[in-house]
Amino acid sequence: MAFLTFKGGIHPYDGKELSKNSPIESYQPQGEMVYPLSQHIGAPATPLVKKGDHVLVGQKIAEAGGFVSAPVHASVSGKVKTIEKRLTATGTMADAIIIENDQQYEETEFIPADPDTLTKEEILSRIREGGVVGMGGAGFPTQVKLSPKEPEKIDHVLVNGAECEPYLTSDYRRMLEEPEVVIGGLEIILKLFPKAKGCICIEDNKPDCIEKMTELTKNHPNIEVKTLKTKYPQGGERVLIYAVTGREINSTMLPADVGCVVDNIDTVAAVYHAVKEGRPLIDRIVTVTGDAIRKPKNFTVRTGTNMRELIEAAGGLTDPVTKVISGGPMMGFALYSLDVPCVKTTSAFLCLEKDPVAEAKATACINCGRCVSVCPGHVIPARLATFAERGDMESFQKYDGMECCECGCCSYICPAKRPLTQSIKSMRKMVLASRRKK
Amino acid sequence: MEQMLHVSSNPHVRDRMTTSRIMQLVALALLPTTLFGIWNFGFHALLVVLVSVASSVFFEWIYEKLMHKPITIDDFSAVVTGLLLGLNMPPAIPLWVPVLGTFFAIIVVKQLFGGLGQNFMNPALAGRCFLLISFAGLMTDFGVDNYSGVVDTVSGATAMAALKNQGFTSDSISVWNLFLGNVQGTIGETSALAILIGAVILLAFKIISPRVPLTYIGSLSVIVIIYMLATGMGFNVGYLFTHIFGGGLMLGAWFMATDYVTTPITPKGQILYGCCLGFLTAMFRLFGGSAEGVSYAIIFCNLLVPLIEKVTRPTAFGKGGKKA
Repeated sequence: MAFLTFKGGIHPYDGKELSKNSPIESYQPQGEMVYPLSQHIGAPATPLVKKGDHVLVGQKIAEAGGFVSAPVHASVSGKVKTIEKRLTATGTMADAIIIENDQQYEETEFIPADPDTLTKEEILSRIREGGVVGMGGAGFPTQVKLSPKEPEKIDHVLVNGAECEPYLTSDYRRMLEEPEVVIGGLEIILKLFPKAKGCICIEDNKPDCIEKMTELTKNHPNIEVKTLKTKYPQGGERVLIYAVTGREINSTMLPADVGCVVDNIDTVAAVYHAVKEGRPLIDRIVTVTGDAIRKPKNFTVRTGTNMRELIEAAGGLTDPVTKVISGGPMMGFALYSLDVPCVKTTSAFLCLEKDPVAEAKATACINCGRCVSVCPGHVIPARLATFAERGDMESFQKYDGMECCECGCCSYICPAKRPLTQSIKSMRKMVLASRRKK
Repeated sequence: MEQMLHVSSNPHVRDRMTTSRIMQLVALALLPTTLFGIWNFGFHALLVVLVSVASSVFFEWIYEKLMHKPITIDDFSAVVTGLLLGLNMPPAIPLWVPVLGTFFAIIVVKQLFGGLGQNFMNPALAGRCFLLISFAGLMTDFGVDNYSGVVDTVSGATAMAALKNQGFTSDSISVWNLFLGNVQGTIGETSALAILIGAVILLAFKIISPRVPLTYIGSLSVIVIIYMLATGMGFNVGYLFTHIFGGGLMLGAWFMATDYVTTPITPKGQILYGCCLGFLTAMFRLFGGSAEGVSYAIIFCNLLVPLIEKVTRPTAFGKGGKKA
């Protein structure tokens, strides 16, 4: 059977066997909790608490700072210590609310609701109030995504269970252990788009998830399980839409322009909790893995938990460790300190004994064309990187540099070990900045 | 103080393939035809190949040393250039000729233009064409007297020269011999079989895509067939296969037209490039003054590469049907 896929892509070592058989464990944090006000794309949230306030689990501690924004909730009970700049997992300093965990876990009242009796507006408002954002990495506020200009034109709701990033197993464990939550969340989203078909999209390296989901959705006429070919970046939004529907979008378009809404597995689960149970987004599944981790595990982690604690809970680091990454090896951020909080978009902490990037010495481009053959954006990474290195913004844009999705395939495959993705990313930032100035 | 962690931009993993490994695999893929050539033509052929490789590496090393550049001989690209040039030599050539050839290839064509990745022509072929023009007599002397090889080849002329001068007759070298390679020619070009074994190695390790060689051989075949029909010769399989297996086409198509640096980077461009090569080679062979056309066709098309790339830029994902 030919599975759904796209042109390009790579097959890196997937490392999933390290953590895929470890059931989700709940981790209770010990130390102080750090809640950055910006855990999403858009305006940072505005704090609702001040130093000394006592907060409860699930209490809103910061309000959305605009339409494209999301509120932040406390995941423990305790006292607000301070509000100050802290290091985040993307390597930047950001304003954060610091809470001293009193270990009591006193909860605010969560008000459940029956999704069948809610109006579309009520569903969207519960998603917004729940602070739900895209948990696959980008952190786009979910209710904004679910409010397209022409909702009646949406005919596909895609649940992204591809989990194509190597090492990551959080979506895998979620689909295996809590499939009902995922299906429940999808049903809620489908209420917003009655004409749409729900597709749970899973790579063929997770046959157990495919089987389970197919079994559980057989009585749901509007939900289908789609099997994707295992290939990175199969879970990229644009290639996923193409694989399932054959429709293409470029960097200036939104999925809704081709009648699609794409949400990650964890996001759909968060929608379920927020709408049905009234429980805001205060925890997520995080894979702590890598060859430098003694006991790779999947944890349910309260947002704000310090990463160092999580690594200790996974048996700690072996010696040596050279690289610690927030997220997967293809698109994750390398960290210089373990003292960063787990946020809504943290899918994994990956600790590696060796750093192949430092070991590789960049040599001259030999024009082999491997970057072209793997690029899912169908651009010429080698040329774009040259334009970027020269600072030639005009040629960079003419050669469709802005269509790059920064997936990293070109740097991965390059036999001359050139940092193509890095050069292209930097140039894209410069182009975006210069466009904003105009 | 806890240990320092590495920080770098994504991605954090890399494929195992390196430039040096690619070049080593190309050299490995050239081994069958190299060994066949030495077996076919004898000890002097071995000397030619060794001198060619050694001088090629030496020129790369000495240039970089004198220019205070990083020494890059460990990327094996000079080995491949030297090997290819050696395989393009007539077996009885005096040893100073390949030395001069590698000097031109490495110093003039490769290093003066910026080293690996910057040469606008295939260095080995540019070296060969330089020698062909400068020492036409030596470079086309396939006399049999000097050989100590095991193969008792009858004619002193190559298959292509015979085809050019006498036409395709019943005396022509059999296609089977051309395929096996026990015929006259340069050291590495005679055995289509040995070259195809190398080609399988290149394809199996995904070093090359078959786009260029197949479109090259395919388009050349089409033009030869048209020529046969148009000149009233009638369709003759033997004549067609003499064009395919004779001369430098096999070595050129699989090993030299596929040289990364001087080939378009775009998939469509590679197809167009292959067609240009087939067309030019056929023109040179059928209508040109010389019996051979592969080397000139390839270095000429090398010059077209930037233009070909310009017109074959792929459409970015999601931009189909729209002008960027």
